[in-house]
Amino acid sequence: MGIKMGTAIELMDIRHRFAGKVSGGLEENEVLRGINLKVYSGEIFGLLGPSGAGKTTLIKIMTGRLKPSGGRVFLNGKEPGVSAKRAPYARAGRESGKRIGMMMDDFGLYDRLSCVDNLVLFADIYGVGKKRVDEVLEGVGLKDAKKRPAADLSKGMKIRLCFARAIMAAPELLFLDEPATGLDPRTAAEIHRLIRKEKERGTTVFLTTHNMEEAAKLCDHVALLNEGNIVEYGEPEEICRRYNHQHKIRIRFYNGECEELGSGAGEADRIAEYFRRGLVETIHSTEPDLETVFMELTGRRLL
Amino acid sequence: MRFINIKAVFGKQIKETLKNKEVLVQFLMFPLLTVIMENMIHIEGMPEHYFTGMFSSMYVGMAPLVAMVSILAEEKEKGTLRVLLTADVKAAEYLTGVGSYVWAACMLGSLVFMATGGYKGTEALFFLAVMGIGIFISLVFGAAIGVACRNQMAATAVSVPVMLVLSFLPMLSSFNKTLEKMAKFVYTQQVSLLVNPAADKLIDMGNIGIILINIFIVTAFFGYAYQKSAFD
Repeated sequence: MGIKMGTAIELMDIRHRFAGKVSGGLEENEVLRGINLKVYSGEIFGLLGPSGAGKTTLIKIMTGRLKPSGGRVFLNGKEPGVSAKRAPYARAGRESGKRIGMMMDDFGLYDRLSCVDNLVLFADIYGVGKKRVDEVLEGVGLKDAKKRPAADLSKGMKIRLCFARAIMAAPELLFLDEPATGLDPRTAAEIHRLIRKEKERGTTVFLTTHNMEEAAKLCDHVALLNEGNIVEYGEPEEICRRYNHQHKIRIRFYNGECEELGSGAGEADRIAEYFRRGLVETIHSTEPDLETVFMELTGRRLL
Repeated sequence: MRFINIKAVFGKQIKETLKNKEVLVQFLMFPLLTVIMENMIHIEGMPEHYFTGMFSSMYVGMAPLVAMVSILAEEKEKGTLRVLLTADVKAAEYLTGVGSYVWAACMLGSLVFMATGGYKGTEALFFLAVMGIGIFISLVFGAAIGVACRNQMAATAVSVPVMLVLSFLPMLSSFNKTLEKMAKFVYTQQVSLLVNPAADKLIDMGNIGIILINIFIVTAFFGYAYQKSAFD
C-alpha cells in the first residue's frame, strides 16, 4: 500500500446511458456519468456502491462486453475496441503476452461436465496444459471434487470453480464482480484468501462489491460509486480518517459504561488515570467506517 | 480463426453430448429406428429399403437442426457462450466447433443409413455426399434459429414447427400431388429424392439449383440473425 506503480487500468470520462421504455416512448437513463479512474498494477482495487449504482455496467465496459456511450478505456496501456460478438480485450491481452481473467455474477459453468472438464476446456483454449488444471483445482481447494459435475456443487464451490477458471491463464488483470456476495463468512474468507494469493502473484485485481467490510479488508484502494459518479477515492483507512470529524476516543469501562473523550493533549491525563486505576476494558478512536462515509456523502446505505 | 479453439469447443461438445440425453437422442433415434424397422417389418409390395429412404431424409430435417438449436440456446441461456467469447474464442470459432461436431455426429448416423440401405461403392459415396449437404443446410438453419432466439423456450417454440415441416414434408408429399409440387423446392424433399433407394436418381441441374438456392437462403437467414442478435 502507498507505493504507486504503473497503471493497469485507466478510465477516462466513461459515460453510459440505457434506453428504457416508458409510457409514451423511450426514456434514457444515464447510469455512468463521466467516470475517471486509475487502477495501479499489482493492487486490489474495490469499486464500492449499492445495487444499481453502475458497478456491473462499468465492469462490462472494461471487459469489452458493453460499448460505453462515451469515454475511453485503457487496459495495460492499450485501448482495445469493443464488440459483443468477439473478445477484443482478451485478444489484445494475447498480443501483448498479458491475459485478462474475469468472474462475473453469473457462473457460466457447464453443469453436466465435471469440475476438471470445465477447466480442461479453458486450458485448451489458453494453451496452458492439463497440469495447470490440477494446480488451480488444488489452489482453490476443489481437488477432491474434481470429478463431480458442476451441477452438484454448492454455491461456494461453484464460485471457487469460476475463480479457478478465471486464474487458469495466470492473468495480469483479474475482474471479479461481487465475488463473495451471498456466501457464508467461512466461504467468503476462503474467497478473500484466494484473491490475496493472486495479488501476491502480481495480479491486478479489480473487484466490485457492496460489502464495505470486504472492501476495507481486501482493497488497497477503493472508489465509492453512487448514481453513476465516483464520490470518493482512496485507501480505505485514509478515507475513514479523512471523514473523522469528531476526533474522539471512546472508552468502555469494566462496569459497562462508556465515555467519549477528545483526542487533544488536555484529555491525556484523564485517559492515563483511567488506565492507572485499571478501569479500561476497551479503547478505540472514533473514525467512521466506509459505510458511514458513504452515508455521509450520499445520504443512503450501501446495501 | 484459431484451430486450437475450434478443437477445444469440438472436444467440449463431445463430452457434453454424452451427458445430454436430449441432444444424444436426436443423433441416435432415426438410425436405430431404421435398423429395427428394416429388420422387423417386411410387407409384400413394399419397396426395398423403404424405411432407410424415409428416415434418412427425416433425419436430415430433424437431427442437425434440433441439435444446433438446443446447444446454442442452452449456451446462451446459461451464460457459458458469453464466458467462451470473453475467453478469446471468436463467434466464428465457436460456431465452427459446434457445427463441425453436429455435422460429424450426423454423418456417423448417415453411415448407419448407408449400411441399412445396402449402398456400396460410388452409390454409397453419392448417398453420403447428399446426406452431408442436407445435414449442412439443416445445421446452418438451426444455428440461425439458435442465434436469433434469446432463450431455450423461444428456440423450442420456433424450431419444433420448422423441424416438423422439414422432416415430414418428403413423406407427406408422397400422399398428395399438390404438396409434392411445393415440397420439391425444399432441400429435404430433394435429399429424399436423391437418397431414396426406391427412387430413380436422375440428378439434374434442377436438383442442384434448388439445393444451392436453399443453401443461399439459410446462409442469408443466418447472416441476418447473427447481425441482429446480441451473440452473448
